[in-house]
Amino acid sequence: MTSVASKPSQPARAESAPAVTASQPSASTAAPWRAYMPLWLASAPAFVLFATLVFVPLGMTLILTFYRFDPTSGPIAAFQLGNYIEVVSSPYYQTIFARTFGIAFVTTVACVAIGAPEAYVLSRMRDPWRALFLLVILAPLLVSVVVRAFGWSMLLNTNGLVNQAFALFGLGPYKLEYTSFAIVIALVHVMLPFMVIPVWTALQRLDPQTEQAALSLMATPWVTLYRIVLPQVMPGILSGSLMVFGLSASAFAIPGLLGGRRLKMAATAVYDQFLGSLDWPLGATIALLLLAANLAVMLTYYRVLERRYARSMG
Amino acid sequence: MSFLKLTDLSKSFGDLQAVRNLDLSVEKGEFVSLLGPSGCGKTTTLQMIAGFLEVSSGSIALDGRDITHLKPNRRGLGVVFQSYALFPHMSVGDNVRFGLEMRGIDRKESEERVREALSLVRLDALAHRFPRELSGGQRQRVALARAIVIAPPVLLLDEPMSNLDAKLREDMQFELRTIQRRIGTTTVMVTHDQSEALSISDRVVVMEAGRITQIDTPYRAYERPENRFVSQFIGKANLLAGTVLVNDGEEIRIDLGHDVVAVGRSALSANGHGEPSAGDTVTVCIRPEKVKLCASSHGRVAATVTSRFFLGSQWLYRVASPLGEVLVCCQNEGGEPIAEGELVGVDWTNDAVRFVATETRQ
Repeated sequence: MTSVASKPSQPARAESAPAVTASQPSASTAAPWRAYMPLWLASAPAFVLFATLVFVPLGMTLILTFYRFDPTSGPIAAFQLGNYIEVVSSPYYQTIFARTFGIAFVTTVACVAIGAPEAYVLSRMRDPWRALFLLVILAPLLVSVVVRAFGWSMLLNTNGLVNQAFALFGLGPYKLEYTSFAIVIALVHVMLPFMVIPVWTALQRLDPQTEQAALSLMATPWVTLYRIVLPQVMPGILSGSLMVFGLSASAFAIPGLLGGRRLKMAATAVYDQFLGSLDWPLGATIALLLLAANLAVMLTYYRVLERRYARSMG
Repeated sequence: MSFLKLTDLSKSFGDLQAVRNLDLSVEKGEFVSLLGPSGCGKTTTLQMIAGFLEVSSGSIALDGRDITHLKPNRRGLGVVFQSYALFPHMSVGDNVRFGLEMRGIDRKESEERVREALSLVRLDALAHRFPRELSGGQRQRVALARAIVIAPPVLLLDEPMSNLDAKLREDMQFELRTIQRRIGTTTVMVTHDQSEALSISDRVVVMEAGRITQIDTPYRAYERPENRFVSQFIGKANLLAGTVLVNDGEEIRIDLGHDVVAVGRSALSANGHGEPSAGDTVTVCIRPEKVKLCASSHGRVAATVTSRFFLGSQWLYRVASPLGEVLVCCQNEGGEPIAEGELVGVDWTNDAVRFVATETRQ
């Protein structure tokens, strides 16, 4: 996700700026120093900071993936593709990647299914309630992800509230913690705001009279929702699901705490390689492959859906 | 039996009475405009007819059938919205076809009807375009085509021209009227633009503060405004206050002060307040185009031209007279206009005088 970055603005446009003040000598003393500075130079400090913090570590990680690992002496500088071959061919990592994208996919689908209707209901609410419910939806973002994960862990463990409730009906106990199910539930909880907000924004732009127009043309309320409202908020659902998918696929804390030691996702596998096995080259390879796979999935998705809506929705 | 009948219709939002006890009958094929300033309840009335707003009390009947509590999607009325409300994700053709599709009309027939409707609004060539690729006037015509393709019993237009520029608006008014005549659909239009209402409707319904103040043909509403509000809202009006000197059943003589006496025919005072009698305080309305400017020695009162506005076909003068400021509208006959500051006489014929308010002296 992080490498989908903005480039610094084009410098060419600002080059002629000093010429404006040169024709008026008396005014040139009053001209701000900014007038003499091309835009690319003005944005240079931010660019340098950004490049240092993002591209340098990323580049170093990339170099690391080609290193060899020796259990006794650690990483050895080299150029070989052994790490890539190991990750791609090993069924162990294949399972982890399949699980990662499976969980991210299910989370995304659940967020669309819950978040889109939620945003619609929210947009229909009147003001004291709307503000209140918006706050409720945003609240997960205000709580540390670790605290939230522990909260779910308490609810879902074998003696937790959920299993106690099942016990009242003579069911269970079920193993809920340390399952993909627990990870999906907690991820959906965290990711919902990232779905609700873009859909809500799209709904704000929707002309409410289009709904009335559909009704006047004898469409039932359900048909109106499906044929008129949904297609118009599709761009919001699209950007929301991109965010949710990307963040879920690279999630670390929630799978780490709710998946336990054995149910690994890609990010937790990277962590284990770096800090457990100390096999940095292999960890770096998994990290880069996760990034590449994530980008590939998201770009494909974006291309396919964007093309469908580009012409009509702008 | 009228086709669309609103009986004692009221709508309140909390304490605010948006529409009060409104009665209106619209005949089949008629073009009726609801005219009034913003906040007069005209759009609320239209929304109740369309079914988007619940009625507080009263009833709406269409062709003898009570539709007061029918859901909007069961009324089958054609609606053109102020924002046009085109479906942005559908092509022009699909927008127009939507209503037919909802009625379960088969593909072949609906294709045919879409083509007909689009050619009626002269957009046949643009069926594949999307709304955002059209100009304002084209969008407006798509909205009209979408509403008439379903052959609705009643067509409702909510300020349909307000987003168009002046020239285009005039063209569209003309076109709208032509189309409405051709297909003969009963039409109710909401507008705040009095010239629009006058030029295209069969009858205008002037509303003020949730009530109907006058229902009349455009010509009669202009020529015989029933009160001060209508006289000022429809067209321009010179309102002069005076006292009735004598009413002999034929003529009414009014003292306007400053030795000016206006004479009106009692038969022409069409308001419902009864005939004014001697001693009553009245307000008379004289339309600017019925006031004549002449040499200062002639006329009923002398005045000075304070400013003038050139309107192309006409000159509009503001003149200061002892009676107050008077607006005078003169045809531009090609001659030199009267200069500002010039002394003139103001005159009018007795036919021009209308009573718009009467206060009976006890």
